[in-house]
Amino acid sequence: MDLSAINPTLLLASLMVAATPLLLAAIGELVVERAGVLNLGVEGMMITGAICGFAIAVNTGSPILGLVAAALGGAVLSLLFAALTQYALANQVASGLALTLFGLGLSALIGQGYQGIKPPSFPKADIPLLSDIPFLGGVLFRHDFVVYLAIALTAVVWWVLKYSRIGLVLRAVGENHDAAHALGYKVVRIRVAAICFGGACAGLGGAYISLIRVPQWTEGMTAGIGWIALALVVFASWKPWRAMLGAYLFGGITVLQLNLQAAGVAIPVEYLAMSPYLITIIVLVIMSADKSRAPAALGRSFHASQ
Amino acid sequence: MKLSKLLATAAVALGMATGAMAEDKTKVGFVFVGPIGDGGWTYEHNKGRLAVEQEFGDKVETVFVESVPEGPDAERVMTQMALEGADLIFTTSFGYMDPTINVAAKFPNVKFEHATGYKRADNVSTYSARFYEGRAIQGHIAGKMTKSNIVGYIGSYPIPEVIRGINSAFSHARKANPDVQFKIVWAYTWFDPAKEAEAAKVLIEQGADIILQHTDSTAPQAAAQEAGNVYTFGQASDMAEYGPKPRISSIIDDWAPYYIARTRAVMDGTWTSTDTWDGIGPGMVGIGEISSEVPADVKAEALALKDAIAKGEYHPFTGPLNKQDGSAWLAAGETADDGTLLGMNFYVEGIEGTIPQ
Repeated sequence: MDLSAINPTLLLASLMVAATPLLLAAIGELVVERAGVLNLGVEGMMITGAICGFAIAVNTGSPILGLVAAALGGAVLSLLFAALTQYALANQVASGLALTLFGLGLSALIGQGYQGIKPPSFPKADIPLLSDIPFLGGVLFRHDFVVYLAIALTAVVWWVLKYSRIGLVLRAVGENHDAAHALGYKVVRIRVAAICFGGACAGLGGAYISLIRVPQWTEGMTAGIGWIALALVVFASWKPWRAMLGAYLFGGITVLQLNLQAAGVAIPVEYLAMSPYLITIIVLVIMSADKSRAPAALGRSFHASQ
Repeated sequence: MKLSKLLATAAVALGMATGAMAEDKTKVGFVFVGPIGDGGWTYEHNKGRLAVEQEFGDKVETVFVESVPEGPDAERVMTQMALEGADLIFTTSFGYMDPTINVAAKFPNVKFEHATGYKRADNVSTYSARFYEGRAIQGHIAGKMTKSNIVGYIGSYPIPEVIRGINSAFSHARKANPDVQFKIVWAYTWFDPAKEAEAAKVLIEQGADIILQHTDSTAPQAAAQEAGNVYTFGQASDMAEYGPKPRISSIIDDWAPYYIARTRAVMDGTWTSTDTWDGIGPGMVGIGEISSEVPADVKAEALALKDAIAKGEYHPFTGPLNKQDGSAWLAAGETADDGTLLGMNFYVEGIEGTIPQ
């Protein structure tokens, strides 16, 4: 065992990187579910974002444009889900699953010819002065800006849901769409907007994997992160800060357990391998012992005539 | 109603048309553990499938399902293939072993071929490649090329096939460089690019300057490329797009000749349950080009090793070799028998850490 081989600065820094795609996807899905829509297509939107972002970044040479394209790609794909569930009143669970399958297939199709290509490298936003602080500078202030964007997004979503009028309306739609409708709010329009936001966030999360974390394009490369994001939203009781805690716990323990393995710590590897799932669930379940519950109208279709 | 009726009729017509067409065709199914575009393991199996199509043209029809999880879902996929009239089904991952045996028992007329496993039945053959022969060459190059004397190894699951690879690579790296250490992490997945990249990064952060992988995607190559002064080897496929650096050589699985031969045997009616385990000699394992990053003398040594293995003059597990606990395994000049290799569940002397049980 050689714990000194683990560099805590690098460990904590890579923890933040590992958590970011999960956090982005979870925050997006959280907003969607707070509006009363259950979109199981996160994985499909992520992988579509991953290839859209990758393709545009490679073709234009600009990773920033790639990220924009990824968000757009995810949002456009989510519109398909919105059309099915909000206008055609299709079952949300089935439509979401179909969206995942469709996204996986579509991304494989678009991705033909992008295998083995190196994307333009992403500029690291070394924040001047702050990044020179010993230890903390290396951990917190030497990331690409998407890491900060994800944290900022969490804060904004939290504030909007809790304090703003838009957030209140969104929550009203998610809790009781008939009442919201009776008050004159456009339930369908609000939900479509929320679905789009969720799609954009998932797309961004996918592109983070293909452009920054790995960076390359491989079919099916999100490998289930979308599903973990979905579970995270539930375990986080639909609360943004808890979703962030969960994402950092999950990402952090994933990285930590690999570090411990490489350092030869004498804990059976099976326990290390399952620890991210276990610890994240346990922590969030304990935290959700308060009176949190799912949005009341989650997964129910709405039509003005009903 | 009209539209759905029309669609239904069309579907029935289509079904009958394909049914009629499939009559004298041999149908070959493939079950893949990752996507065919993984650039590694599944990619090579799919190349084998395409070679079967090319060889037999109209006489054969191939179907495949990709990204099938190891476990009960695999059984469902195989059952579906058998019900749809497959004559021969290749199941291409270790974790499909029990599902293959279970489904084969229900379809005695369908032939099954399971890759890398050890359970057989009257209608189940097994086949695998002696990847450890390639690992010996990799280990030699790794031992010569490392400057930090730390080699990182990304394992998938602690099964004999993977452990054999680690032992073979390690014993040859030690022969080339007595100071070399292996750091091994288990990813517990065959295919998860983000996790594989993460594992590579962790190993690099902890001082490894050579990364060997036994997982299927090219993500560790990308991670090594980003890190800079790190070398890797292509796994299962050439991964030449990452050469000449970080990828300095590779182990290539060539399944095409085997798939063609087995399909032909089904067509001829000569198929029997067999156990195939071929290496560099018969061509099932190939060594990808050793890149210009490798000094000429190391390259020559590696190629000499390859030739010796191919001709059968040298066995990668030749004594004296001890087990990890120091107990004797092979005496000087003694070579390992296949039975021990197939069930290998111990590290050789010098490797640190324990195998997850």
